[in-house]
Parts: sequence; C-alpha cells; structure tokens
Amino acid sequence: MLVIDNVYKTFNIGTINEKHALNGVNLTLEEGDFVTVIGGNGAGKSTVLNAIAGVWPIDSGRVLIDGDDVTGLPEYKRASFLGRVFQDPMTGTAATMEIQENLALAARRGRSRGLRWGITRKERIQYREMLKELNLGLEERMSTKVGLLSGGQRQALTLLMATLKKPRLLLLDEHTAALDPKTASKVLEVSDQIIEEHNLTALMVTHNMKDAIEHGNRLVMMNDGKVILDIRGEEKKKLTVEDLLLKFEEVSGEEFVSDKALLG
Amino acid sequence: MLSIVPVWGVLDPAALMRALPGNTAQGLVWAVMAIGVFITFKILNFADLTVDGSFATGGATAVMLILSGHSPGVAVAAACLAGMAAGLATGLLHTVLGIPDILSGILSQIALYSVNMHIMEGRSNQAVSVDQYKLVISLRHINMSIVTMAVFIAVIIAILYWYFGTEQGFTIRATGCNPDMARAQGINTNIAKVLALILSNGLVGMAGGLCAQYQGNSDVNMGRGAIVIGLAAVIIGEVLGEALFGKKLNFVGRLLFVAAGSIIYYWVIGLILWLGLPSTDLKLFSAIVVAIFLAVPYLQGKIRNSYRRASKGGK
Repeated sequence: MLVIDNVYKTFNIGTINEKHALNGVNLTLEEGDFVTVIGGNGAGKSTVLNAIAGVWPIDSGRVLIDGDDVTGLPEYKRASFLGRVFQDPMTGTAATMEIQENLALAARRGRSRGLRWGITRKERIQYREMLKELNLGLEERMSTKVGLLSGGQRQALTLLMATLKKPRLLLLDEHTAALDPKTASKVLEVSDQIIEEHNLTALMVTHNMKDAIEHGNRLVMMNDGKVILDIRGEEKKKLTVEDLLLKFEEVSGEEFVSDKALLG
Repeated sequence: MLSIVPVWGVLDPAALMRALPGNTAQGLVWAVMAIGVFITFKILNFADLTVDGSFATGGATAVMLILSGHSPGVAVAAACLAGMAAGLATGLLHTVLGIPDILSGILSQIALYSVNMHIMEGRSNQAVSVDQYKLVISLRHINMSIVTMAVFIAVIIAILYWYFGTEQGFTIRATGCNPDMARAQGINTNIAKVLALILSNGLVGMAGGLCAQYQGNSDVNMGRGAIVIGLAAVIIGEVLGEALFGKKLNFVGRLLFVAAGSIIYYWVIGLILWLGLPSTDLKLFSAIVVAIFLAVPYLQGKIRNSYRRASKGGK
C-alpha cells in the first residue's frame, strides 16, 4: 500500500541549523493498516508525513503509494492519493469560504478544474447528509464561512474533506493536539469511525502514548529520524504506556523526552 | 503661505453640482480598474503593483489602435489583452522565478514604462479626438458615458460572479485564503495565482483603454498611483458596504460596493478641487485617504483591546 524506502531529508544544509530530520526511514503499510506513530520531540514523526505528502522533495530514497512511485511528484499532484488533517485547525480549511464550498473543493481533489460550477445542487444535498452524520449541527450551517467554526468543528470538517473522496492513504498529523481534551476525544472518535467505515489505510502521528496504544492496529515509534519500533497485532493490544517507555529506553539507550507525551 | 483655506465667497455650489456627473463618469471608468485590484488584493491576497504600468499599457494600446484605424471597441478589447499579458509577466516572475509579490509587481511596472513608450512610438502622450473617431466614451458626452459604463460594469460583475463560482474560480479563492490547504486539495497554487493576475490586469488594462478614450488622450504617466486609487475604491467600498449591510454582503454586493467606492472617491476629489486645492496635491490626498481607511480597522481593534483600557478595568 505505502512503501517508504530508505528516505533521507536534511534541512538547512551547511548552516548551523542543519538538521538531519529523516535518517533512512523504512516503513511499509498493508492495505487497511491503521498505524499510529509516536516519538519524542524532533523524532521525525511529522516530517515523515510531510515526506509522503510531498511538501518538499526528499534528499534520497523512494515513496510508493499503491505501487505508484510518487517521489518525483509535487504536493498538489500527490493530493489525489491522499487525505490529510493537520495539527493546526486553521491549516486544513479555507476560512473565508463556506462549509459547503470547502467540501466541494475537496470533492474535486485529483480532478482537473475547469469552468464547470464549483458546487452543484446535487452536491449540496449530498453534503448535508454527510454533515448530519458528524452530529455537530453543521448541516444547518452549510453556507457559514468556515472561519466562524470552532477548532474542533474545523478538524471534524477537515476529516470529512480528507475522506470525501476515498483516499488511498489518510495522513493525520497530530490532528487533536490543538484541541481541548473533550473535543480531542470526540474528533478521535470520528476519525476511528470514518477509518473503519471506509476501510481506510491511515497513518496517525500523535504525541499521546495512550491514544497511540488505543487506536489503530499497529504502532510505530520513531527516534532520531528512524523507525525504532514496530508493534502490531496481539502484542500491540497488550501494550501499556510503561511498556512503551521501557522499550524506548531499551532500543534507543536514552530516556524518552517529550513532556507532552508523558503528561498527555 | 499655503492658501489651503478657501475664500468662501468665491465658492460656487452650482459649480460643484456641475462637476458631479463628470466625476461620476470618471469614477465608473476607474471602477473597472478597482474591481481588478479587488481580485488580487482581496481574493488572491497579493499586493499587485503591476497595475500602475498595465493601466497605462491599456491606454497606450487603445489609443494607438484607434489612431491606426481600428474601431474603439476593438481597442478596448486589445487593451484588455495587453493588460493580461502584463499580469502574466508578473505572475511568471513570482511563481517561476520566486520573486516576492510586491517586487514582481514593481519590476513589471518599471519595465512597462519602456514598453508603453514603445507602444506610443516614443511619445509620452498621444491624443485621440472624439470629433474624428467614434469613441466608446468621452468627457464630451458625459451622460452617455455614464450609461455606457454602468452597463459595462454590470456585465463585468455578472461575468466575475459566474467565474468565481466555477471550479477554476474556487481554486483562486482557496489559494488566496489558504495556499497550504489549496495544495493539500490538489490545487496548483502557482497556476491559480497566475490566472488571477492575468484576470486582474486584464480588467486594469481595459480600464486604461476606456480612460484614455474618456479623456481623449493616452499618457505614459496616466497610471501613476493607480494602485492607490484602486485600493482607495476597494477599501471605501468595503467600509461602506459593511457599515450598511454588515458582514452578510455577498460577492456581487461586494463588487458593487467597490464600484461605488470608486465613484465616491472621485466625488471627494471633485469636492477637494472645488475647495481650491491645487490638483498636484491630489496624490498626497489619495495616499492619506487610503492610509486612514487601512488604519481604521487596526486602530479600532487597538481601542477595543488596549493596555490602557485593561488598566481601567475594561471600561
């Protein structure tokens, strides 16, 4: 499904801020995998997601989605394979456009956009039904500008947009980190529901170990730009936060450094 | 001593009223330009300074075509195309060569000065007389010009309403609002930017072509400060629209208010000239108007949210 083959990325080469963000990442996802990605600060979690999405070109290695080599494709071309939700609720939606217009933009991902209507009457009816399922009352506010929604509502909408056209791969980049605990668990619940319903392959970065354990069928831990742990199946089901911390120290030889991960 | 204070006895209210139709017509001509500025400044979120050059390009193109025997209507269309080419140049400087938005506009604007001189065959001014040619509009037929321009603007607004409701129009709006989101939804933001710049400068060039016909000549400096007039119209229109209708104004409403903003701007200019201010001070005045209107929302926010207010317990 997804193959990340020995990917390297260094930022700010030749300056004092040089950062080896990815140091030979290898990861293969099977169809239907829901993988949670965890790691300390600067471990390269979000960087891996950005490498898959093509936010910038990688230095070496390859990225394959469903057998297609996308290494050479720019971000906007890869978008047709991907659904993405970001950490900052502001990033995933266009604030000055209506809820239904944002959905219409997402529905045309991967299609050439010409002089046909940007949104049709048929779509409006369809979006109303979809928004109803979110249970946030957004179906009554279809023509409201997205800028007027709360962070949680925007993340739920972004999730719906990301999966409106079934993506080959769903990328969730700490998408609940900026939300209050109650909203965060609601958004996670919606994420689970959507992933299950559409049988999606997903990669979810989180700094919350508990969330990483409770969600998905596979857990990957990163450190220093590499994958250092890959736990799945029965083993993952039995996992506890203490186990994870121990394993981290075992593999990396250092202590887990992320206050947010421990407190979250 | 500056004699800014007018001698009231000399002021003739009837003269002000007589100037009103002319100012209205000029405001309508510049409204086309202001709508172009609205597209870049408000929808694309791109401060495009190309317009000072592309406005004069439109004027030069139109007048030279009319002088060489083409119909004034065709001349306006050609002025539009010339403006579009200027917008394309700015777009390519910005997207292909990575030059920041304001700088790409300035580069085009400077380059266009030379281009415009070439179009006008080395002369900085070319006259076109309404007596010799059947011009689309002219200050000699003000009422007819007002009607023509009003119809013209209605058509432009209708076309833009349609265009920004299409899939392509959506890509421009999304790019202007949130380029990260746009790319994540598969939009080539570079193409969207170039399209918007082409569209905007097309309107600006068209306005230049109309303006040259209206005033009966094309001047290489006719676009100097155009961006400020365009911004003034956009901002006056926006403030006025929000004051009357709140945030509920739809796209057509916003464009109508941009046109209204342009007319109001020229009414105020008329008023100032009537008060006896020398016309060379108009640029200073325009800059002050734009500065005030740009500053008002910021200062309002400051007043609502200031340390001084906090120190008084929020009163």
